[in-house]
Amino acid sequence: MHSFHEFLTMGGFAAYVWPAYAVGLVVFVGSGWQSRRGLSKALARAARRAQEVEK
Amino acid sequence: MLKELLKRELLIAWRRPGEALTPVVFFLVTSMLFPLGLSPSATLLRPLAPGIIWIVAFLAGMLGLQRLFRADYEDGTLEQLLISPRPLTLIILVKAVGHWLVTGLPVVIGGGVVAAMLFVPARYIVTVVAGLLLGTPILTMLGTMVAALTVSLRQAAVLGPVLILPLVTPVLIFGAHSTTLAMQGQSSAQAFEALAAMFILSVSLLPAAAAVALRISHEG
Amino acid sequence: MFTWLHKLGSPPVLYRFAERAAPWCKWTAFALLAAGLVGGLILAPPDYQQGDGFRIIYIHVPSAILSLFVFAYMAVASAVGLIWRLRMAHAVTAAAAPLGAAFTLMALVTGSLWGKPMWGTFWVWDARLTSELVLFFIYLGYMAVANAFPDQRTGDRAGAILALVGAIDVPIVHYSVHWWATLHQGATLKLSGSNMPASMLWPLLVMMVAFLLYFGWLLTIRLRTEILRRERRASWVMRLAGQ
Repeated sequence: MHSFHEFLTMGGFAAYVWPAYAVGLVVFVGSGWQSRRGLSKALARAARRAQEVEK
Repeated sequence: MLKELLKRELLIAWRRPGEALTPVVFFLVTSMLFPLGLSPSATLLRPLAPGIIWIVAFLAGMLGLQRLFRADYEDGTLEQLLISPRPLTLIILVKAVGHWLVTGLPVVIGGGVVAAMLFVPARYIVTVVAGLLLGTPILTMLGTMVAALTVSLRQAAVLGPVLILPLVTPVLIFGAHSTTLAMQGQSSAQAFEALAAMFILSVSLLPAAAAVALRISHEG
Repeated sequence: MFTWLHKLGSPPVLYRFAERAAPWCKWTAFALLAAGLVGGLILAPPDYQQGDGFRIIYIHVPSAILSLFVFAYMAVASAVGLIWRLRMAHAVTAAAAPLGAAFTLMALVTGSLWGKPMWGTFWVWDARLTSELVLFFIYLGYMAVANAFPDQRTGDRAGAILALVGAIDVPIVHYSVHWWATLHQGATLKLSGSNMPASMLWPLLVMMVAFLLYFGWLLTIRLRTEILRRERRASWVMRLAGQ
């Protein structure tokens, strides 16, 4: 890579390369976020159930 | 006992001709939609004919799937089959053969007729029929397995085709192109070999898979 | 080896294992992703033929490979679950499926974006793209079947059958489409050459491992969610949640 400008334009292919990486980012971040949310919800539900049993 | 089972399957189909004939009637009618919807021109239809025939044959096969196990599931006959001393795999194979004789074989014959109507040259109609003769049993076996998986589900009619589609793709490709190649003057030997291989694979492996699936569905 | 596998068949043991494996997978994945991205986007020289457009390879190929790996993984887990009747093996399959589907979708979309500048079209019915598309439908089919049954165990086992049949089917589809595509399109298109110079190759290998570890990390999370959901009445879950 010779310049930041070259990096941004990807030798003219920017319209394809950057959206491809964006898709990767969205899938990675999205699946990560969704998975973690699922786990915390499951833990919360289990905690609630544990409290109910105690009563 | 297996002979009796086959006879029973055929008798049931005889008594409910509507149910049994639906796939082949669908096949004929839907094939005819193509000249009407696309164009009556032979130059357009002829190259498309193999693909049209196989796609519609597949769709027709989808229609008849539920009759394989649903009725037996609902009236308790399935339980009898499951506890029968005969291996479930063989029972399923016999049911599948019965199903094919009723729904698949008419499509094989109908395929020849449709091929002629879609302007496939006379000498290649044999290729069409031969391909369907190999391919429709494969479709039946795949359908049997999926039907066994979904027999206890209410949404089976929707889920079935979705599950089958990925499995049926190779059959469609090799089947349609066996005729296309022949019509282009090339050898369709490779395609027929592939169809034969898939035929052997499906007839030998899928009944067992369907048996396992049937037990699973029934326990659920 | 088998005692270890059998131990992992116990839900609390598997849960603990997933919990402990999580940070290892996560941080190594992030580190490798960073290294791979720097290597792929900055350090690797532009390709002779494709210029900078080839850099999509660093997202596309790892996702395609993962899409296949995850399905193979699901097939093995399904077999283990059916043969040894291990509920937890089915939990692993169920946890992995959406991730595999996501990788498949990513492979398809990035492949499409690569196709446009390279082949002039967003979609090509070549062997790899088409069989990848079929694989996507098989993933969806698995998820539909596994969730269609009111009884968890039935759904697991029905899904397992589908995963196994699909596993045989994927190579068949690939071969048949390859045959079909080569008939109609002449030369098959190679998406990655093995005679890549080292400077281009190492970021690819790094990204592949990075994707694998990222999948591993998310699997530990989703697996724990699955276990909590399936074993919600167990006393160890109550104790765990109470903490």
